[in-house]
Amino acid sequence: MALLTVKDLTVGYGSQIVAENINFEVKAGDYLCIVGENGSGKSTLMKTLLGLQKPVKGEIIAGEGLRENEIGYLPQQTQVQRDFPASVREVVLSGCQGRGGFRPFYSAEDKKKASENMEKMGITDLAQKCYRELSGGQQQRVLLARALCATRKLLLLDEPVSGLDPKVTAEMYALISELHKEKVTIIMISHDIGTAVNYADHILHVGDNVFFGTRDEYLGSKAGKFFLMMQSRELDNPVMYKSRTTMKVKEDKDNG
Amino acid sequence: MDKLFLYLQYPFVRYAIIVGVLIALCSSLLGVTLVLKRFSYIGDGLSHVAFGAMAIAAVFNLTNNMLIVMPITIVSAVLLLRTGQNAKIKGDAAIAMISVGALAFGYLLMNIFPTSSNISGDVCSTLFGSMSILTLKGAEVWLCVILSVIVVVTFVLFYNRIFAVTFDENFAKATGTRTDLYNLIIAVITAVIIVLAMNLVGSLLISALVIFPALSAMKLFKSFKSVTICSAVLSVICALTGMIVSIVAGTPVGSTIVAADMIVFGICCLIGLVRGVNR
Repeated sequence: MALLTVKDLTVGYGSQIVAENINFEVKAGDYLCIVGENGSGKSTLMKTLLGLQKPVKGEIIAGEGLRENEIGYLPQQTQVQRDFPASVREVVLSGCQGRGGFRPFYSAEDKKKASENMEKMGITDLAQKCYRELSGGQQQRVLLARALCATRKLLLLDEPVSGLDPKVTAEMYALISELHKEKVTIIMISHDIGTAVNYADHILHVGDNVFFGTRDEYLGSKAGKFFLMMQSRELDNPVMYKSRTTMKVKEDKDNG
Repeated sequence: MDKLFLYLQYPFVRYAIIVGVLIALCSSLLGVTLVLKRFSYIGDGLSHVAFGAMAIAAVFNLTNNMLIVMPITIVSAVLLLRTGQNAKIKGDAAIAMISVGALAFGYLLMNIFPTSSNISGDVCSTLFGSMSILTLKGAEVWLCVILSVIVVVTFVLFYNRIFAVTFDENFAKATGTRTDLYNLIIAVITAVIIVLAMNLVGSLLISALVIFPALSAMKLFKSFKSVTICSAVLSVICALTGMIVSIVAGTPVGSTIVAADMIVFGICCLIGLVRGVNR
């Protein structure tokens, strides 16, 4: 039994279908990367997986004792968060919220967990700092620590490096890989196929041609070849994955 | 000073000060959340609804108008916070629609079914808060005390959840927090606070009581907890000063309190600026 099995899933808003015929499964310890063009339904799929919206059709089956609130989530930054007065510690602790049941306050165990995760993310010295005054990379680390407080089983990352500079991007990916080595199952959304191929062991391509398989299968598939070709054509000349990563990041910054 | 002590001899002045401090405390608590959730204007919208409801209560000649004002305001609060997520009518448009509608409807009712000969006086006192705070009866004071205690206790009990829901609703929902329930609680508390605060500052000035302390505190502090505590303290200080000044100088209570809030906000802005330059 897989951690998460998705069968004939159609996602969308109401009657408007964004992506359909999605089939895949995630086993414990996998590193799955969901790729696709803008508007192909990556984020909608992620929201559906998180239970933030109902699937239009099909089903998502959780296995291996995975409960609904055991999915950690690294969202894209919202406008509200950019001027939110909150200390790093408060943000990380809020990850423990879902498990508290009816207890109104955080237990000693919750606090210990928050400290451990801050240590792991290397942000212990920032604990009393204000979240909105941190750099983009530091903010992502804070949110990652929060997600780890929510669960150690499955992490969903929504464009974890968007808006980060190349150096911080590399650090972020290294951090995620490290978590993966510690048996945390990772599902990452990215529009950057280069990194997906570099780090993930499974790839789900959403769009007109849905593809799911291992990384090697993907590189040999029609969808994968087409996507790689399109991405290098966008930049006029075929460049290595690495440098394209940086260019993508710059584009994001300009757009955002 | 002597004048102040003389006034404090009267029980109704003491009642007014107790009620005023409690209302200021309650209204500042949720201010931070409402400002951050981009609902600053909701106080304004709801207070207009409360005004409409007040008019209805006046028409039916109810002795205790809380009975009708409170439920109507709570229902509107729930509806307004719901539409925040509804794409059809955007949150701000919904608030504008309901508030203006309720205001017009309330004034219309008051004119068609006049309860006293001085309509404009009635309207003015409901809008800007009159001396009604000085005419509170014992029962009303108790009601206010009980409701304030409920608001504060609820806020403290749900403090961590309110933080989680305000900071990142999607994350909270995905990790199993019942965000709908807490949004509902926030809506209900907001409504209760607004109805309470109508006595103090009147329906046009309530927003000031809700947002000024929060904004001032956000200029000074950087964690959610310290901002919340600071805004509560600032709010209480402003309300006390405002009431004392209004008693001594004979100015309208509501607008004096709001003026005090504005001055404090200005000071906090300056402190924030100076700190920013030094950094």
